Amino acid sequence: MASTNFEKHKPDGSLAGNVLEWIDARFPLTANWKAHLSEYYAPKNFNFWYFFGSLALLVLVMQIVTGIFLVMHYKPDASLNAAGVPVAFASVEYIMRDVPWGWLIRYMHSTGASAFFVVVYLHMFRAMLYGSYRKPRELLWIFGVLIYLCLMAEAFAGYLLPWGQMSYWGAQVILNLFSAIPFIGNDLALWIRGDYVIADATLNRMFAFHVIAIPLALLGLVAAHILALHEVGSNNPDGIEIKKHKDPQTGIPLDGIPFHPYYTVKDIVGVVVFLAVFSIIVFFAPEMGGYFLEYNNFIPADPLVTPPHIAPVWYFTPFYSILRANTVNFFWIDAKLWGVIFMGLGVMVLFFLPWLDRSPAKSIRYRGPIYKSALAIFIVAFFILGYLGMQAPTPVYTIISQVCTVIYFLFFLLMPWYTRIDKCKPEPERVTK
Amino acid sequence: MSSDKKEVDCGRRNLVFATAAVGGVATVATAVPFLASMSPSERAKAAGAPVEADISNLSPGEMMRIEWRGKPVWIIRRTKEMLESLGKINDRLSDPASKRPMQPEYAKNEARSIKPEYLVVVGICTHLGCSPTDKFKTGAESGINADWPGGFLCPCHGSLFDLAGRVYKSMPAPDNLEVPPHYYLSDTRILIGEDKA
Amino acid sequence: MRNALRNVLLALLFAPLAALAAGGSLKLDRAPDRSTDPAALQNGAKLFVNNCLNCHGASYVRYNRLQDIGLTEQQIKDNLMFTAEKIGEPMGISMSRKDAKEFFGAWPPDLSLIARSRASGDGSGADWLYTYLRGFYRDESRPTGWNNVAFPSVGMPHALWELQGEQAMGADHQLTLVRPGKLSPKEYDDAVGDLVAFMVWMAEPQAQLRKQLGVAVLLFLAVLFVVAYALKRAYWKDVH
Repeated sequence: MASTNFEKHKPDGSLAGNVLEWIDARFPLTANWKAHLSEYYAPKNFNFWYFFGSLALLVLVMQIVTGIFLVMHYKPDASLNAAGVPVAFASVEYIMRDVPWGWLIRYMHSTGASAFFVVVYLHMFRAMLYGSYRKPRELLWIFGVLIYLCLMAEAFAGYLLPWGQMSYWGAQVILNLFSAIPFIGNDLALWIRGDYVIADATLNRMFAFHVIAIPLALLGLVAAHILALHEVGSNNPDGIEIKKHKDPQTGIPLDGIPFHPYYTVKDIVGVVVFLAVFSIIVFFAPEMGGYFLEYNNFIPADPLVTPPHIAPVWYFTPFYSILRANTVNFFWIDAKLWGVIFMGLGVMVLFFLPWLDRSPAKSIRYRGPIYKSALAIFIVAFFILGYLGMQAPTPVYTIISQVCTVIYFLFFLLMPWYTRIDKCKPEPERVTK
Repeated sequence: MSSDKKEVDCGRRNLVFATAAVGGVATVATAVPFLASMSPSERAKAAGAPVEADISNLSPGEMMRIEWRGKPVWIIRRTKEMLESLGKINDRLSDPASKRPMQPEYAKNEARSIKPEYLVVVGICTHLGCSPTDKFKTGAESGINADWPGGFLCPCHGSLFDLAGRVYKSMPAPDNLEVPPHYYLSDTRILIGEDKA
Repeated sequence: MRNALRNVLLALLFAPLAALAAGGSLKLDRAPDRSTDPAALQNGAKLFVNNCLNCHGASYVRYNRLQDIGLTEQQIKDNLMFTAEKIGEPMGISMSRKDAKEFFGAWPPDLSLIARSRASGDGSGADWLYTYLRGFYRDESRPTGWNNVAFPSVGMPHALWELQGEQAMGADHQLTLVRPGKLSPKEYDDAVGDLVAFMVWMAEPQAQLRKQLGVAVLLFLAVLFVVAYALKRAYWKDVH
């Protein structure tokens, strides 16, 4: 096994062994390798859903690497060049045409943005299937939701950079949400933009957020997420704690296997499959039918002409639907502000999930029919909201989105009640296959 | 779990090598486009394309400057006296016959040019990249020394070059000035940046 | 649960179809696919340079890039390069922005990316261009005397009218050729097909390379999958 040498603490006289000993006396390399890989015991019954955590890490690395190379050529500049095109927009086309292999790097980055949300949504869904947010993993879940929030901010800032029509008008709509906040809203929106409209100042600060500020926060949170995971140990499809049954001699969980090599070799297979799907999109459908790269974004930003139909990129649309679903003025607050409040609550409510869920069983396998139905209805409503967020609003669509918004919130708010009355099956003592 | 570590599983070990090899090839293949993206773009190549110089108005003893790839290229039309002076100072030069590489074939002669009358040279000192100034006046008048035959002085560290861009001995600059690839399109037009195909 | 999951998947599959069905505001003619036909692309380039490049730029495309569609540097210099001095320069127009605004009332948009930006739920950008360039008809109510089925109240007059002739809009919303041009309707459609193919090429010149490379990458990943899967099996045979 490749790791045998590494795990030996005493030098075996070889050069590699001596070097390792030298390092270990000064830096906990072997100790960390053991704690996080070769002696981190993960349940042996992980299924398909457990690929998405490592895939999210892969996409993060890919976005950082492609991003570094894009920054070498991209220019955050809204002024017009000699041909009358904004410099930022032209620099993206420069990457696509003039920079050797620039098109590939750019498509990897644009597809990577959507891929990030795909794997993160699936990763979150996994947590909801198997109750991975439940005690003792509440903080792990909260770090995860914070990562998701950062990711949304990162994607929003990044989407402005190509400075196309959708970049411009999407940012216009979203940043104007801040103006809904009473008293300070308009000044706040102005301060965020740094100008009276979305302009060069906005582009430059979004660039700063996108390439430095948010990635730093994201990396920190990912580290915290992994540390928290390795502190409490991984959940599994049965939703039971493998630490309850340890080998009396070694102290190793009976249902645990070392992450390395077992899950490293398994995750490599997952990575290859993911890369195949990713490559199909990058090489054969980089626009993904207008969902990953919107057609209107091939037109440079024009502050005087709004495209006939603007919608956010697909990963924001469920929350965008919730925003638009609020059409009534309620109490003394107008519909616009309610929309913003509900959209914010829609994300914030995720933080409370560990305490809303009162079911005796963690995993969907041992939960009763009520939770199964509730989760199914919730997912359908979430998809419908996502779909409607891409469409131009019609009266019928608005009613559907209102219904789905109510379902979205009821799923969370009624959870303490319906998870308690649900008929659960008994959880097994040991993990099942 | 089998845990007897002494026992080497050959099939497994071979697979580790196979996966590492195929994965390694994939990683290297992925790295290529990223590294290649840092080489000059089509725009840089277009901006660095060969430039044409019209030398019909250049009179003997004068020089003209032209920009190629952002660098000054000098074209000097040498007088008869200037050309004659070249042969007299060989013992004071570091590489009088331009034998060191990095010079096109047609620069490996005393005048370092295709046509002896015209010198085409990149006006960048081979020491640290300053652009030398022309000192065509001879003798004490030049302010350099009494038997100065005309040439160039680099203002940064004082390297001296003769009228063929050859560096004097014991100067900071190691090599003669670079002769760019060029050829004559006609008697009065030179294309700089490309050798004759 | 399984049923619920299946429903979700079905909803996912049908959402894009529903979007297509909902978006059908304009029926576009399908453009022929000539993206791998060098003769068509070269003819399209000629038509583009002679008819479009006078007013519209293609400022992201360099002339030397036309070598990708099978032209030599000399052919480009001799037959196509009217707006630049050097082969590495972009296909701009000589007119300044200010002049253009005075002549046309608006800045004629750059066409480098038009085939990508005109795609929609109705069809590809190529379909839109193919319909548009064949959809001009006489309309005296317009300042230019021209209108278009794909682009109502279009600002541009029919630049190819000498080739196509003049169409009129009938009461049945069908176009009829009222004055023939230099080309027969069939020849004209063919020429527009070439022109559109060139504009599609221009919008993403590396598209063919991208697809070829994609095949190679997927084949390689297939090999990697086989080894990686065998490796996983070899390790996991211990886990019971």
